[in-house]
Amino acid sequence: MKRMLFLTSSACVLTLALASAGRADQVDYTKYGDYANYGSAEDGSSACSYANIDKKDYSGKTLKVISNAVPVIGEPTILHAKQFEDLTGAKVEVVNVPFGDLYQRIMIPFQTGQAAYDVMFYGSLWIGDFHNFLAPVPEEYLQTPGMKDVTQNYKDVATWGDQMVQYPVDGDRNYLKVRADVFNNPEMQKKYKDETGEDLAIPKTWDEYNQIAKFFSGWDWAGDGKKHYGSAEITKRDDLMFSAFIDRVAAYAKNPNVKGGFFFDLKTMTPQVNNPGWVKGLEMFIDAKKAFPPGGENFGLGDAIFSFGGGQSLMEYTWDDPFIQAQEKSSPIRNKVEAAPLPGAYEVWNRDTKKWDKFDTPNAPPYITWGWTSAVAKASKNKEMAFDYLCFFANKPNHALDLQIGRFGINPYRNADFEAKFWEDKLGWTPNVAETYVKTLSGMDKSTNRVFDLRVPGVNQFMSILANGVSQAMAGQKTPQQALDNVAKQWTDVVNKIGKDKVRDAYAKVVALEDQGR
Amino acid sequence: MDQPEFRFYKLSFLLPGLLGLLAVILFPLFFTVRVSLSGWSAVSPGLDFDGLANYRALVSDVRFWQSFERLAGMAVGTVLIQYILGFAMALLVWREIRYRRFFRVLFLVPMMTTPVIMSVIWRTILHESLGPANDFLGLFGLGPYPWLTDGSFAMASVMMVEVWQWTPFMFLLLLAGLISLPREPFLAAAIDGAGPVRTFFNVTFPLMAPVSIGAIIIRLIEASKIMDSVYVLTSGGPGTATETAGYYIYIRGLKDFEIGYAAALSVTYLVVMIVLLTVIAKLLVRTFVGRGT
Repeated sequence: MKRMLFLTSSACVLTLALASAGRADQVDYTKYGDYANYGSAEDGSSACSYANIDKKDYSGKTLKVISNAVPVIGEPTILHAKQFEDLTGAKVEVVNVPFGDLYQRIMIPFQTGQAAYDVMFYGSLWIGDFHNFLAPVPEEYLQTPGMKDVTQNYKDVATWGDQMVQYPVDGDRNYLKVRADVFNNPEMQKKYKDETGEDLAIPKTWDEYNQIAKFFSGWDWAGDGKKHYGSAEITKRDDLMFSAFIDRVAAYAKNPNVKGGFFFDLKTMTPQVNNPGWVKGLEMFIDAKKAFPPGGENFGLGDAIFSFGGGQSLMEYTWDDPFIQAQEKSSPIRNKVEAAPLPGAYEVWNRDTKKWDKFDTPNAPPYITWGWTSAVAKASKNKEMAFDYLCFFANKPNHALDLQIGRFGINPYRNADFEAKFWEDKLGWTPNVAETYVKTLSGMDKSTNRVFDLRVPGVNQFMSILANGVSQAMAGQKTPQQALDNVAKQWTDVVNKIGKDKVRDAYAKVVALEDQGR
Repeated sequence: MDQPEFRFYKLSFLLPGLLGLLAVILFPLFFTVRVSLSGWSAVSPGLDFDGLANYRALVSDVRFWQSFERLAGMAVGTVLIQYILGFAMALLVWREIRYRRFFRVLFLVPMMTTPVIMSVIWRTILHESLGPANDFLGLFGLGPYPWLTDGSFAMASVMMVEVWQWTPFMFLLLLAGLISLPREPFLAAAIDGAGPVRTFFNVTFPLMAPVSIGAIIIRLIEASKIMDSVYVLTSGGPGTATETAGYYIYIRGLKDFEIGYAAALSVTYLVVMIVLLTVIAKLLVRTFVGRGT
């Protein structure tokens, strides 16, 4: 009996010990707001875990951080800064600025040689302008489990030449989102077949996309008594419209058989922006206007998010945000959506032969566009603390939390993020939704025909000129060819002003990423 | 004998004010002129000396001059409407009417709100999918109207928001002018049997000319800087339909980071505005007050 009692007591003690050990390993977010609602994750034992960062003592030191306004990237910056302060004793001063101000707030101190900020969060496409002012990521941080798990795609995004100078904290790309409940509805399939003679399926080409979008515009296909529309796209000038346009153009102008540049011909630095492939993309963009919701010609990213996420539009193709919005617990279309790769084209312009190449399967290059990134200033006097902060920011439990909160703007960029089970368990997505999501995202990462941002000095100016030209054509002020000819002329002027060799050197690094085909 | 000491004494009183003036007004102006002579951009940091290259480039910058034309139309149009509405509202609450104090405060509310916030609210109201403007007009069988996606409508929308926001300022100045008018001319007009319309055109309007000119010039100066409502409502679009000079300078300076070029645009803009507004002020004075004034 005594023996039995002893065994039972021992088992209880052991169970309690194991349970408390397990709890101790879980990160506690309750102190910082309602983040604990998203559950917790194991701390792990990496160099940047809570336990290991807790061993560091940065008392008396101040880390200066600049980030976007709250909530997108700004909110996690603040949250993890507070945690870092509590663990290390450091003081972390976070400056949140509106996005329109972010570039110049970072660039002016760089140019004037001031160490205004130790850590910067910004758009990854600015690497062409910033790389000279950034500290390379030290080897010990490259060897952390979190960094090793970053997909090659996002390591590429963070790298300039052969050095990683940006610390990956986000993975962005544009992909298609559709209303699966409509596409899978037999009634809708019959209606579409009867009226068009074709099967209703998730579009594989932009022709199909436009046709389906136009068919589903201006009537109540959702059965809620309201008019619904086919396509929500970013069309507002100066509001990332250039990304939406490039999504469409890539299918017609990023020929897998032609190496040496998508935006420019690397050899001559002649802009390709007015070649027939680009013009076709613009014509299709203009054609899609017929499927936009009212006001859709002035939609910014926020409008597109709410149009698709709120159930107004059938399809959308920007970043993760509309998908996450659609999957919010309060969303009327939760678990009624699917992710898919961007549509493509059967005919792709070949700038070498000056002919359209025909493909048996649609050419659909993923556009790895934008995305938040972070970096440490070369002029920083607190580099070790700065990298510790970034490493801590992106450690396993923090990353797991950040991925779940849509407004944080942090999206998958590690291999572990592409496990459907994470999205099912943590966010209650149905297996089909989670499966299409991770399959689409991971498929884009593996593509051998990708388009990257134009990561050259003066990228903002190039994109601003492009957006203006596209906007003029969309508004009917110029024909697509006239508008893009004008863009090409202005791009040439900018290249000549900056210096052809300087732009070519930078663009060669983009082309290397695209042409290596990994 | 004491004269030099006396002068120094006087100067020492003026010095803090002069230094303040120098720091607040003149330094930024001179600095902008200096920057405009440099090639400061994303790829060429610092104040090198690029001569008049930026000024030569802007002469052939069609987009800048078109944005100037658009701005001129927008500024003159909005200020005229503001003047007419502001005058009407001031006349309404000038005389003894019920709830006069309430109306005086109510008319000032738009001016007291933050322009960017109000532009965001107006953008929501005019949102063609989600905003109430089209829903409301639909009740009367009107619309829907492409408030922000058609060039003409977008221009009208931006002007409407400007008029809504800044008419109270015109109202305030004109009401102050009306309150300070002498009573005798009005008594004389009444004795002569002049009706309200004749009294307005022969007495009130001429007496209000100096105040009106001041109010119009102040508002023209402000209206020529239209930027925040354009930024929020249309981003200068569709196409370039609502792009004003101020917004274009913002794009070139802060988005494209062409700091030197944007400074040249700013200096040119300043000079053109000073010349134009001086001419307009002279013309207004000559027309409404008289040559000798």
